[in-house]
Amino acid sequence: MLVAGLLLSLQLLAASLMLALPVALAVALLRLAPVAALRGLGFAYVESIRNIPLLAHMLFWYFGAPELLPEELKQRLYAGRIEAMSAVVALGLYTAAYMAEDIRSGIRAIPAVQMEAGRALGFGFLATMRRVILPQAFRVTIPPLISQTLNLWKGTSVATVIGVAELMYQAGQVESATFRSAESFAFATAAYLTVSMLITGAASWYQHRFPPRAL
Amino acid sequence: MIEFDQVNKWYGDYHALADVSETIARGEVVVVCGPSGSGKSTLIRTINRLEPIKSGRITVDGKDIHARGIDLNDFRSHIGFVFQQFNLFPHLTVIGNCTLAPIQLRGLSRAQATERAMALLERVGLANKADAFPSELSGGQQQRVAIARALAMQPPLMLFDEPTSALDPEMVGEVLLVMRDLTREGMTMVVVTHEMGFARDVADRVLFMDAGRVLERATPDDFFNRPQHPRAQQFLADIRTPFAHAV
Amino acid sequence: MIELVHDYWVYFLIGQYPNGPLGGLALTVLLASLGLVLALPFGLLLGLARVSPWRWLRWPVTLVAFAVRGTPLLMVVFWAYFFLPSVTGVKTDQFTTMLIALVVFDGIYIGEIVRAGILGLPRGQVESARSLGLGWGRTMRFVVLPQAVRSMLPSLVNQFVSTIKETSLGYIIGLAEVSFIASQINTQVFTKPVEVYLVLGLSYFLMCFGLSRFAYWLERRTSRRTTVRSAPKAPA
Repeated sequence: MLVAGLLLSLQLLAASLMLALPVALAVALLRLAPVAALRGLGFAYVESIRNIPLLAHMLFWYFGAPELLPEELKQRLYAGRIEAMSAVVALGLYTAAYMAEDIRSGIRAIPAVQMEAGRALGFGFLATMRRVILPQAFRVTIPPLISQTLNLWKGTSVATVIGVAELMYQAGQVESATFRSAESFAFATAAYLTVSMLITGAASWYQHRFPPRAL
Repeated sequence: MIEFDQVNKWYGDYHALADVSETIARGEVVVVCGPSGSGKSTLIRTINRLEPIKSGRITVDGKDIHARGIDLNDFRSHIGFVFQQFNLFPHLTVIGNCTLAPIQLRGLSRAQATERAMALLERVGLANKADAFPSELSGGQQQRVAIARALAMQPPLMLFDEPTSALDPEMVGEVLLVMRDLTREGMTMVVVTHEMGFARDVADRVLFMDAGRVLERATPDDFFNRPQHPRAQQFLADIRTPFAHAV
Repeated sequence: MIELVHDYWVYFLIGQYPNGPLGGLALTVLLASLGLVLALPFGLLLGLARVSPWRWLRWPVTLVAFAVRGTPLLMVVFWAYFFLPSVTGVKTDQFTTMLIALVVFDGIYIGEIVRAGILGLPRGQVESARSLGLGWGRTMRFVVLPQAVRSMLPSLVNQFVSTIKETSLGYIIGLAEVSFIASQINTQVFTKPVEVYLVLGLSYFLMCFGLSRFAYWLERRTSRRTTVRSAPKAPA
């Protein structure tokens, strides 16, 4: 049962990551856009998400958001795995806010002249981003993004609150069923630590293998 | 007073100090000079163990400074060290900088330490700046305070690691003046410097180093007029500027 | 929305007090403040241990810090809630449990902030202090920490923001902090979950955004006033 919980935790990690990365990129680009309104939008997204705890996000997406949907869609959701889906949305958007800032820092580390050079050649803002800036920013951004992935992994534990049967939930279940809290928590702790170490190890390996390239 | 016996040090593969064996007598003023990377700063920093050594022995006053059981802090408190970057404590006033160690390590009361510090600040010409913060002082003033701070512990030995290299030229003189006064009191001093005028007029001996070795040791007169080692000769030939700070 | 706020604002702010223990927003703020205040000295000691010259102190602390940082806070809360009573024999209430978990968890992170602040100081400061004969402890006390603390302040304020958010986990062990209260209100009202949770989000936002702006202002202020004015290093 604990192993099933671990597997679900890993699935949450993967699904949330897949949601977070493109959203983070979009928000980072918003924050760097030449249009002030777009920049404000990006800023609003980041600040409103980051200043509210993950748990509150989960409660909103599970209890609140489905009510906003049309009735038919709502019924379909409740028939399916709404808990996990709400958790993924909450985790994905939450992590995206932090990752957007890391991506933004990475992009800003690239000298401004690179953007000027791209625009001078005739590329628009987005095209320059895609062809010139982002490929360079990629290397610098990976380590902080891996760090955020670590936070995301730890964040999957909060999905317990809306009843997702991931690792933390299962550990709690074993506890209340058998009162053998030490063993189940030890297993869960070890599982979290192992994956954390793998993630941190990936970061170290990346920094060793791909050190930042100066011009 | 200080004795180096076959001292060696490596930074990785780089041989920073190679078979250095020297003796510095009590009361001597020794200037160590040489080109960049010659190991002169490294050498002086090994004396108060800011740098470790790989092999060999260093004794100060007959005691092996790397012996087991030596009280490193007590040892260091009897040596004054003046840094190229001054390294004053920016969060303390000038008088605070000079009284910190005497109060903490010699058990002086604040009044006694202040009295001692004010006398020293008087000597270096900065008594009126006692309550100023280091950020309010010029480089030359900061370095003079640094010297006063070191002297406040009444050390028998003073070490200077390029004390004027980071100063604007017009401030170099005021610092060298203070250092010359010290020599007149019989202080044992080891000075790493590029200031050849100081070496000529004040030093008892000059040590010339290159690539971690002491290549020549002579009196200033012998060194500057009759250098023996070809590397020393080249070094002196390269310094063709007149001695701007004839002390 | 208006009647919602009108009916429940007191409950939201202070829970069942005075007819029960303190709850709601007041409890959240109290827990976060107390947690941070207690975590600070703990974090200071841990940070000092992490930079100390004694291996027997440095390694175990580094190991524990590494382990705690790889574990979710909720795990730490569960350990404290389920396990601690059986070890100490004392059954602690939710508030104390949450407080212990926060102090341990945040203490570790504050230790990292302290360590970064200490290591960020120019080497020359430590060298000149040690050259005067000041031992490691005195060097820290009189030279390093007074300077490092100033650079640590923005990070510490950000840590306080994190702590406020972390209090929300008390929900899971039944602590009546503001998220729990919001869910209670939601269960009672039932028909307005969106409004309830929007108000919850807004409350957190106002607190945390305000504090992070303060941290930003602090950071701008400390970088403007350069603390160390030492000479540029000339090539030896």
